[in-house]
Amino acid sequence: MQFMLLFSRQGKLRLQKWYVPLSDKERKKISRDLVQTILARKPKMCSFLEWRDLKIVYKRYASLYFCCAVEDQDNELITLEIIHRYVELLDKYFGSVCELDIIFNFEKAYFILDEFLLGGEAQETSKKNVLKAIEQADLLQEVYELVL
Amino acid sequence: MPAVSKGDGMRGLAVFISDIRNCKSKEAEIKRINKELANIRSKFKGDKALDGYSKKKYVCKLLFIFLLGHDIDFGHMEAVNLLSSNKYTEKQIGYLFISVLVNSNSDLISLINNAIKNDLSSRNPTFMNLALHCIANVGSREMAEAFAAEVPRILVAGDTMDSVKQSAALCLLRLNRTSPDLVLMGEWTARVVHLLNDQHLGVVTAATSLITTLAQKSPEDFKTSVSLAVARLSRIVSSASTDLQDYTYYFVAAPWLSVKLLRLLQCYPPPEDGAIRGRLTECLETILNKAQEPPKSKKVQHSNAKNAVLFEAISLIIHHDSEPTLLVRACNQLGQFLQHRETNLRYLALESMCTLASSEFSHEAVKTHIETVINALKSERDVSVRQRAVDLLYAMCDRSNAKQIVAEMLSYLETADYSIREEIVLKVAILAEKYAVDYTWYVDTILNLIRFAGDYVSDEVWYRVIQIVINRDEVQGYAAKTVFEALQAPACHENLVKVGGYILGEFGNLIAGDSRSSPLVQFDLLHSKFHLCSVPTRALLLSAYIKFINLFPEVKGTIQEVLRSDSQLRNADVELQQRAVEYLRLSSIASTDILATVLEEMPPFPERESSILAKLKRKKGPGNLHPDLDENRKERSANGGTVAASPTPSTDLLGLGSTITTQNSAPPASKGTSLLVDVFSENIAAFPVETPVAVGPVADENFSREGGFINPKIPDMRCLPLAPFPSRFVCKNNGVLYENQLLQIGLKSEFRQNLGRMYVFFGNKTSTQFMNFGWPFTVPYCAFFLTVSLQLNVHAKPADPTVDGGAQLQQILNIECMSDFVDAPVLNIQFRYGGTLQNVAVKLPITLNKFFQPTEMTSQDFFQRWKQLGAPQQEVQKIFKAKHSMDTEVTKAKIMGFGAALLDGVDPNPSNFVGAGVIHTKTTQVGCLLRLEPNTHAQMYRLTLRTSRDTVSQRLCDLLSEQF
Repeated sequence: MQFMLLFSRQGKLRLQKWYVPLSDKERKKISRDLVQTILARKPKMCSFLEWRDLKIVYKRYASLYFCCAVEDQDNELITLEIIHRYVELLDKYFGSVCELDIIFNFEKAYFILDEFLLGGEAQETSKKNVLKAIEQADLLQEVYELVL
Repeated sequence: MPAVSKGDGMRGLAVFISDIRNCKSKEAEIKRINKELANIRSKFKGDKALDGYSKKKYVCKLLFIFLLGHDIDFGHMEAVNLLSSNKYTEKQIGYLFISVLVNSNSDLISLINNAIKNDLSSRNPTFMNLALHCIANVGSREMAEAFAAEVPRILVAGDTMDSVKQSAALCLLRLNRTSPDLVLMGEWTARVVHLLNDQHLGVVTAATSLITTLAQKSPEDFKTSVSLAVARLSRIVSSASTDLQDYTYYFVAAPWLSVKLLRLLQCYPPPEDGAIRGRLTECLETILNKAQEPPKSKKVQHSNAKNAVLFEAISLIIHHDSEPTLLVRACNQLGQFLQHRETNLRYLALESMCTLASSEFSHEAVKTHIETVINALKSERDVSVRQRAVDLLYAMCDRSNAKQIVAEMLSYLETADYSIREEIVLKVAILAEKYAVDYTWYVDTILNLIRFAGDYVSDEVWYRVIQIVINRDEVQGYAAKTVFEALQAPACHENLVKVGGYILGEFGNLIAGDSRSSPLVQFDLLHSKFHLCSVPTRALLLSAYIKFINLFPEVKGTIQEVLRSDSQLRNADVELQQRAVEYLRLSSIASTDILATVLEEMPPFPERESSILAKLKRKKGPGNLHPDLDENRKERSANGGTVAASPTPSTDLLGLGSTITTQNSAPPASKGTSLLVDVFSENIAAFPVETPVAVGPVADENFSREGGFINPKIPDMRCLPLAPFPSRFVCKNNGVLYENQLLQIGLKSEFRQNLGRMYVFFGNKTSTQFMNFGWPFTVPYCAFFLTVSLQLNVHAKPADPTVDGGAQLQQILNIECMSDFVDAPVLNIQFRYGGTLQNVAVKLPITLNKFFQPTEMTSQDFFQRWKQLGAPQQEVQKIFKAKHSMDTEVTKAKIMGFGAALLDGVDPNPSNFVGAGVIHTKTTQVGCLLRLEPNTHAQMYRLTLRTSRDTVSQRLCDLLSEQF
């Protein structure tokens, strides 16, 4: 996977994760172009599209679009389920997640993603294990706070 | 798990985020951010040392601001400080900041690397993971240099925790991707392969990705992974769905791992060991069998995961391309998906079948689905799916179905989406050539391409049809007759004029016996198109004329008359002028014998790979092409006969671009060339020297290039830096169009229905400045001409050829819109100044909306018509970000300037704008409705255009959306 973007129906970027080195300018251009392309698509259209030399896999959950760019030989359907699994993880962690959770706790959204995907590949696909890792981190935090 | 309460609860951050969200405008947001940045900066600079919590909070705020899209130029040092905090959350935020805002500042990099090194050696798995995630996220060269040796050690160490192994594996994968030269194979490689046997499926999942990447780099080192991967896969596919506990996803056992294992196997040929091979075949059969079982859940996740594995298995089957039964089963399975109700599956089935079509075992099986695929082309609502259908038709095409497929693609072309037209044109051209049994069909097909989609027919395509006609005598008469007939159409595409000019110039004699296509008729027909054409085409036509003089002595007088006219001999374009002068001299001086030699029929072109194919490859990458296209060439050279010995390189229409240089250095080789040079070297004194022709190297080059006679690569005005017109001209008719140090071009224009008049003012700017230096400056020679598409008629009244210093020249253009158009005419200006020829090319702001007549209508009428224009082809919608401030009055002025009537009180939402009008062209009138919905909160607009013609909707939408 080359990158993952989360954006709202209004085109506001909520999360961006880049697995290839790109300049800030290129990133902005890519996000802008891609957000526009996807928002212009009608519901019920195919979740996949060719975009430049990449394959785009996207899905809308409530007010948020989740969008991944993968390479030519990558598997579209499994990427679609990567998106779903990430949504499940967010949902489980925040307790029926909504866009606001991701806005106000953006750092958590990044931490969860890092536990799940690393370098653009699935690191741990077990929901239980990912959440356990995050919980442990949260626990660590509380312990420190108690000590303080 | 309500994390918000449990989290680190940075209240200040939450308040700041709320503030930003409450900002009513972009300006307010920027103001709030600047205030915050000033605050943070003062805190960081302040005398009081900040505690870890505050530092974390401010770094987090900076991160948030950066992610909103603003630049951050400080705070890196504070983030690096957080890395060495022993509080987990502070460290974590520090790492996040570093991962997102990589800064290649070398001082910091060494500090960061130091902190990472400490965490890696801390033996605290949570800290180690943070450090590894950071390396994987940044992946920079510096980090690779520092850690490419350390990470493998962590990965294979016996006492490393599972979660750390997973991070280490993918961290190494990232380093190998960014700096493969720094990741060296070693004794760890064998141990990495054995991670495929690990108890922990998460470790296997991460390791499989790593091994796949490494195996692509050095397959030999990881060969042993094949048998382990097969064993692992076999255990997964045969497991009961509950065996793998949390790795089972919606009743599918470890789908991610299965896909990865199947991917890894695609790095290798089929296993040689019979037992392993048998086991793998069993796995693949099981996966295919499962596809036929009833679903265990109605959830889409279940079918997606199951089919993800299935598609990857099919990829492996295709990759091995060795088991006919599996290939045919795969094809049948995909055939079922072609008619599935899920668009996603139809898309993937079309895509996957494309590769199946290239296997000899499954090609026939794929072909049985032709009707379904053609149907998909016609009925799919999503252009990306239709694109896949085009690809598949192309891939499944062979001699048996070529005529049907080409016909379907041609008819689809008429309504195809603009985005894929050029590609379809290339594909049709390739198929028509490749499977042409008789070349009359091929010629017809290419002419149809030009007719249906002339604008999308690239030069390669029409070069190729000429090349083929030249090389095959049996089709030459037919081609001449067909282009002659096609040229009869009142409005034909310029590409047709090019093909027609070339072919009649070569083979017009083959149809000259018929009085309906006598030499004079042919010439008049070609010449009737001359004035509508661009310079390159005119140049080509001039060459056709001189060829006519050789073919038909009886029209010599008429043609000489044309060449002699001022519009040729004194043409502003050097190339045209030169051709006219040279051809006129040639025709009057050379004897019939010399003429016949110089203007001999073109020798056959050398057989070579179709340049169209090369173009398609450039467009698509080699992966998407028919692997057996080479057979094409073999077949043809086997035909013998038509393949002639290579003539001089210059005759090679397709190689011109690359051969010109060698041409110039080498002495002219062909007999024709040297003769031509001789003719002129004897008579060079006879040249009318006062004519402003560029003599010197340019002329010489043209002589030597003329060996093959017609040279389509004359200087192409479109190659000049083409200045687009400022977009404000879409809604305005007057203003300064172009300005450089020498020249200013101003415009005043008026339009009414399908007619317009444009006053163009050329102002000579620099004279005064130069005069001050005592340089009397005038433009001794100024001329301009237009490149116009056939949808527009533009006539210019002749103007004075000089512009004195400081003076202004006015030129009047009369414009007539024939039918809807996209391309604006190009104004090419040439003038001689200070001894050098200056070229300027600008697009004239003649856009489709200029031919708008506003129409007032009631709300009821509006919505009634709106509904009538409800077909998907008729509506074009665009959602875009506001580029200017969203001022209601400005918006109204722009819509009216665009030409539509602004209808008040029609839209129930008062902040929306609706407009109506009629586009007038000579052939039709197109009613247009538009609606613009601003969203001030998001700073976005949605623009919807509905007209009775899809091309008009698209064009107007493109034009108008650029205005806001």
